[in-house]
Amino acid sequence: MFIMNALKGDRGGQILLGVLLVLVIAVPLLNLMVPAGHALHVPTYTVTLMGKYLTLALLAVAVDLVWGYLGILTLGHAAFFALGGYAMGMYLMRQIGDRGVYGNPDLPDFMVFLNWDALPWFWSGFDQFWFAALMVLLVPGLLAFVFGALAFRSRVSGVYLSIITQALTYALMLAFFRNEMGFGGNNGLTDFKELLGFDLQSDQTRIGLFVASAVALMLGYLLCRVLMNGRLGRVCVAVRDAESRARFIGYRVENVKLGVFTVSAMLAGIAGALYVPQVGIINPGEFSPLNSIEVVVWVAVGGRATLYGAVVGALVINYAKTYFTAELPEVWLFALGGLFVLVTLLLPRGLTGLLRRKEASA
Amino acid sequence: MKVATVFEQMLDREHVYPFMQGGPHRNIDVSHNVLLYLEGISVSFDGFRAINDLNLYINDGELRCIIGPNGAGKTTMMDIITGKTTPDSGSAWFGQSINLLALDEPAIAQAGIGRKFQKPTVFEFLSVVENLELSMEGDRGLWSIISSKLTGEQRDHLDKVADMIGLAEQRALRAGSLSHGQKQWLEIGMLLMQRPRLLLVDEPVAGMTHQEMDRTAELLISLAGEHSVVVVEHDMDFVRNLAGRDRTVTVLHQGSVLAEGTMEQVQNNRKVVEVYLGE
Amino acid sequence: MPMSRPVVRLLPFFALWMLVTLLLSLSLDARSAEQDPTLAHVSTLLVKKFDDKAKAVALLVETNHPRTEEILRLIQDGELYYRKNDNRLFNIPVAETGAQAVDLLDASAITIEKTREFKKVTLNNLMRGQIGLALAEIGLKSEDPAQREAAVRKLLGELSDESVAVLRKRIGAEPVSAVRDLIQVALAVNDLRNGDEVARLQAIERVEGSLESPVRTALTQVAESDVSPVVKQKAQLALNGIDEQIRLYGMVETLYFGISLGSVLVLAGIGLAITFGVMGVINMAHGELIMLGAYTTYVVQQLMPNHLGASILVAIPAAFMVSALVGVAIERGVIRFLYGRPLETLLATFGISLILQQAVRSVFSPLNRSVSTPEWMSGMVEINPVLSLTLSRLYIILFCLLVFVALVMVLKRTPLGLQVRAVSQNRAMARAMGVRSKWVDAMTFGLGSGVAGVAGVALSQLTNVGPNLGQAYIIDSFMVVVFGGVGNLWGTLVAGLSLGIANKVLEPWAGAVLAKILVLVFIILFIQKRPRGLFPQRGRAAEG
Repeated sequence: MFIMNALKGDRGGQILLGVLLVLVIAVPLLNLMVPAGHALHVPTYTVTLMGKYLTLALLAVAVDLVWGYLGILTLGHAAFFALGGYAMGMYLMRQIGDRGVYGNPDLPDFMVFLNWDALPWFWSGFDQFWFAALMVLLVPGLLAFVFGALAFRSRVSGVYLSIITQALTYALMLAFFRNEMGFGGNNGLTDFKELLGFDLQSDQTRIGLFVASAVALMLGYLLCRVLMNGRLGRVCVAVRDAESRARFIGYRVENVKLGVFTVSAMLAGIAGALYVPQVGIINPGEFSPLNSIEVVVWVAVGGRATLYGAVVGALVINYAKTYFTAELPEVWLFALGGLFVLVTLLLPRGLTGLLRRKEASA
Repeated sequence: MKVATVFEQMLDREHVYPFMQGGPHRNIDVSHNVLLYLEGISVSFDGFRAINDLNLYINDGELRCIIGPNGAGKTTMMDIITGKTTPDSGSAWFGQSINLLALDEPAIAQAGIGRKFQKPTVFEFLSVVENLELSMEGDRGLWSIISSKLTGEQRDHLDKVADMIGLAEQRALRAGSLSHGQKQWLEIGMLLMQRPRLLLVDEPVAGMTHQEMDRTAELLISLAGEHSVVVVEHDMDFVRNLAGRDRTVTVLHQGSVLAEGTMEQVQNNRKVVEVYLGE
Repeated sequence: MPMSRPVVRLLPFFALWMLVTLLLSLSLDARSAEQDPTLAHVSTLLVKKFDDKAKAVALLVETNHPRTEEILRLIQDGELYYRKNDNRLFNIPVAETGAQAVDLLDASAITIEKTREFKKVTLNNLMRGQIGLALAEIGLKSEDPAQREAAVRKLLGELSDESVAVLRKRIGAEPVSAVRDLIQVALAVNDLRNGDEVARLQAIERVEGSLESPVRTALTQVAESDVSPVVKQKAQLALNGIDEQIRLYGMVETLYFGISLGSVLVLAGIGLAITFGVMGVINMAHGELIMLGAYTTYVVQQLMPNHLGASILVAIPAAFMVSALVGVAIERGVIRFLYGRPLETLLATFGISLILQQAVRSVFSPLNRSVSTPEWMSGMVEINPVLSLTLSRLYIILFCLLVFVALVMVLKRTPLGLQVRAVSQNRAMARAMGVRSKWVDAMTFGLGSGVAGVAGVALSQLTNVGPNLGQAYIIDSFMVVVFGGVGNLWGTLVAGLSLGIANKVLEPWAGAVLAKILVLVFIILFIQKRPRGLFPQRGRAAEG
């Protein structure tokens, strides 16, 4: 009932959630029940790939929330995604226990390799899933809160904000590359064995992660939709389109921005946490500024300020990326770059905007 | 805020902190019948004195017109009252008890000062109703933004304002599709939704037809009494219309008050004539 | 740079002339050597035992033979060989099949067929010392004061009774005071080690403030273990003074590194300061324009492989043109449709940057290309024993200043500059005054892009030229521009230099990466405090 209410008037959202629901039921069945080799069989590899796409779609939704509705062009959301991923990675690392190459029951391999004799303090607690899950939310949330509190209060906006968000993720990338940071340096965290006692290589776990990603995307979508349907959504749009007017009718613009930015960062963190067990590795490359900009392009291609557009954009481009980098690696960057240019020049409302226009004219 | 100021305030036993002042204009003390005090205000940008020892008092419920040539400091004065610009020296009080210089824009807006910009600024992507609803007086905290619902009384107020600004029929339209004059009215309507004690109106009739101008004058005059209204305007006919015989008109020149009085007095003031017509 | 062109054309002729003169003088020398009995005798001794070789060296020195230095150096560097079957001596710089061997006596060159046929004239430690001393002694008599100074410094490093004697002999004859002082220092170091208490005290006084490293070693020894407490104390004081100076020069060196890094940042950022600052356009492809400049340098070097020194001078205008043309194409093709929408511009130009990167990858390969540094740019300038400055960094600093001054001149003194400033301040008004604002936009963008290309030439001398070169610098460039204050070339200069220096000052105790992180965090915090940078544009127009 609540869901119906939230999606009233949101055709795109209805379709999207419907499709996701079908996938959640159909994909596990087609993977487990249909024998391998059958035309309808969905291989586990594909399931994991789809799960990965769904986490990226959730990241795109988080970016759309701040860019589409609030007009904050964030070029640093990959940082929140990666932090969530690292929090999960640290839990998975501790789950390895003494099954690492060096067989040390407490220390992950890379620490043994660096001749460390004890866990750094910030690694403690990560052997508990609930703690890691909490950190998946808190670390990105807290960083976004502190960063946002500083930036929004001093009214850094527009391009300047974009540039300093980029600087933030760049600084984090450099930091995580350092071995001394205690996050595995260059190689990051990898060789995970199990999650909550389930073997990460098994089909069942992979399907579980896929379902979790789909559910997270659905819930994240609903949360954003509910927030943006309400008065907060209108305040956001007001801030986006006429910030000083909003201020002069009494809104604390910086608080609105801060709140939404923090929620968005937490969503990105969740996406990262679900991403890591499916790809099996997290390294500092995830912080790279390029990644953040790519997310913005997914949103732009899908259509800003629609939420479902972000999902569509993320899925379409990531599928294209997988296809091109395997089949025509030379062409991929040309295609991606050309897409950036074409979408900004010719399709300011993105792919879904194209569909909406057709619908409206029909 | 500078550390020194904070420290000073801590030592000052009489200091009233903004957060202790409560919600919208609860305790505007107008016991001396004056709503706005600007005293000895100066501000300069890059050595250029935009406002120079300005003294201005606005009475409760008054309609005041402010005129002056370009660069007289009219807009800067509004910036100071609404918290956008901090003056180099001087004081600005709202009633007896609210120090405007200690507040930022949203706090001043919630204290009961509404401002209309020179260029009409409305939320173009939202509908007329949504524009008005967003401006509705009430708690602006993040949580109440998420959870609040309109009460019946608020709905009535909204309808009343929509009627007043003549946009009752366009309420479902996007604000971006309104005409220039309608946007000006919508912006005034948004101010009224805040139920401000003081309305600052910057060039409200720029780009309006004569009929629209007359209606705007009517509207502003009808607002006086319940609200104090300060109108900055270039158009002399409009000002004459607004000021009538006995309302006060203030002439600004080079950042300070050159003359003050009824329209007739001001027009016959030698200094004013010099400034407007040249020596 | 049109004025460099005549120079470029003349260079090959000049080089040819030099070569001819050199060859002529060599062959003359060789002919006279054929009838030289001393040399003949020496060459028979050099192929025998160490004792005989030592005699040969002594003979060369005693007879004051004109080729003494040349031969001794060949022996010292291990480039003197003899042929096993006839014991003739050869100069062989590279001992491998097919390489050249030059006969020591008649200077005729042959090609090595089997390396086994040749054997190196080897040395023992005793002879090494003997040759070192002999060479130093020859150096002491050189015409060139710098060579004499180097010879003294060499002896200072390996003081012995013999070398002290040589130095004592020389001190009276030395006309240049700087060299004389250095000899004094060397003798004083000897006194520190071997003299009596008075001599040691005097020696301490004499070496005070000298930065030669043997001095420091000798003083440390004295300060730690001298028998006399007075000498000990004095030595410690002198040592402190020297350490203080070394620290000071260390700071100067850090500053120098910082300024040179800062110059790189300024070069990378200044083109952006024009496109971002003057036009309000966020050009994410700026880094790739720098990269194009670097690749242009590479291509120019490939086209003129025999004139490395000149190629870099040709590359500067070439890189400017290439990047400027690409820049104008970007402006006309994409950016002009997006004025007033900075965030969209950012995305579109980022797309362009991806395309340019891939284009370079497809054309040149994804691997790094190395651009060689011309000879006149490599090397060091030695200021004193603890401070020497790399020449290439010095050129970068000078180049940066040159580009900066040129840009300021273009913006201040030329009609284009006037129009650029007019358009940037009030587009509508400028257009009303008859300025063709579209043309100005294209030219401004071309100028900013061209400067990026020129920065690429400079960067090609410092790092590998690869498809990712641009990405590595784009964030730094933005930081510099934002920190300096948008639209302000001086701000960019100050910001670039101060960030460079800050980076290098932090590096010793934080490490390179952490230093960079700290600088980034600093800028992020700084922008909160002053969102418009160090030198903001002020006034009514900037408000809002």
